[in-house]
Amino acid sequence: MTEILDERGLSCPQPVLDTLKTLPSVQGGKLSVLVDTEAARENVARAAESKGWQLASVDEKDGDYTLHLVKKS
Amino acid sequence: MKNYFSTRWGIIGVGALIGLLAALLQKMGNPPNMGICVACFERDIAGALGLHRAEVVQYMRPEIMGFVLGSLVAALLARDFRPRTGSAPVIRFALGFFAMIGALIFLGCPWRALLRLAGGDWNAIFGLLGLAGGVFIGTLFLKGGYNLGPARKAPKFVGLAMPLIMAGLLVLAFMNPPVAGEGKSGVLFYSLSGPGSMYAPLFIALAIGLLVGGLAQRSRFCTMGALRDLILFKQIHLFSGLIALVAVAFLANLAFGQFKPGFEGQPVAHSMGIWNFMGMVLAGLAFVLAGGCPGRQLFLSGEGDGDAAIFVVGMIVGAAFAHNFAMASSPAGIGANGITGLVIGLVVCLGIGFFGMRKQA
Repeated sequence: MTEILDERGLSCPQPVLDTLKTLPSVQGGKLSVLVDTEAARENVARAAESKGWQLASVDEKDGDYTLHLVKKS
Repeated sequence: MKNYFSTRWGIIGVGALIGLLAALLQKMGNPPNMGICVACFERDIAGALGLHRAEVVQYMRPEIMGFVLGSLVAALLARDFRPRTGSAPVIRFALGFFAMIGALIFLGCPWRALLRLAGGDWNAIFGLLGLAGGVFIGTLFLKGGYNLGPARKAPKFVGLAMPLIMAGLLVLAFMNPPVAGEGKSGVLFYSLSGPGSMYAPLFIALAIGLLVGGLAQRSRFCTMGALRDLILFKQIHLFSGLIALVAVAFLANLAFGQFKPGFEGQPVAHSMGIWNFMGMVLAGLAFVLAGGCPGRQLFLSGEGDGDAAIFVVGMIVGAAFAHNFAMASSPAGIGANGITGLVIGLVVCLGIGFFGMRKQA
């Protein structure tokens, strides 16, 4: 079961802070982050990539983005 | 679709272009080291509307309307227009209000601090150090769990409110053009001397404003974010845009003969180091707690962020109070009530930071 972080409505840097806080404790190397602005989407992806994670895919629905992050092996 | 403007080279390019355009605006008539200054220009707009009556700073600056409308157009084109509001608006008003009090003690927003530096005004160094100090204090609150709660999606017309207000101000500017030698034209006030009397031609200023607004919306250019991300995440993404702005503005100033190094006699500036520093501590703290520098708040309000719009309104009202209550500085130095305003602002912002910290889940 992939862990899901709901950051919708929160303005930056909150989504980035929460993602970085959550990443080290994620089990199974997968995390999904829900955001609702393009800036948050870019910032979360950029921050995760700087920590050895990778943006595997993005789902868009009703203006919300689900970012699927996976840990690089 | 990949957003090239928000890549490393994208943000560097946008920063560089803003630096160049700011130097150009100065060459074409804007006040010295004030090619672009969001705080100063909002203050001038407050003056043009008669919200304060400081006669040297009254002009309906079209750059500001351009920023918001340019951001709106870019956001619509990129399908990034997202009307939203409801994240503690009244607190954002207070943060905008006191951000302006702090900025007018220093005499400039972060953009102008960078442009003053690029023009050789070394007093800006104290301001920038203060800004970094204020941002640092703000990051402590962020680490402590500070946030103003989530915003909610809002109907389109809510997101369009600020762009429509700006369009209205632009109509006012067109309908009441300056009359040579007159301090008033129709409902608008104009300056006959001082920085308010210095401006680039309306259409050029508006066009540059639109361009910068569009580019900044796409690239998320933010001076406060640059320092915040550097301190909080050791991330240099936004900071690289800020460096590019200073470097290009410096070179352009050299080329245009606008570089005049020194501490004393700098244009629209004073040399009281401690107050230059403290003013920007207050402003920097308020920017972090609100999530963006004054420029960024304009761009956010253009892409539909109603909370950023309230911050902008807070800044304009703050500018009126700053001059009406003698809290704003002048080239002679700090205003009679500047220190009082500074202390009240720090108490309020520290209070907001403290009470805004939430228990971590």
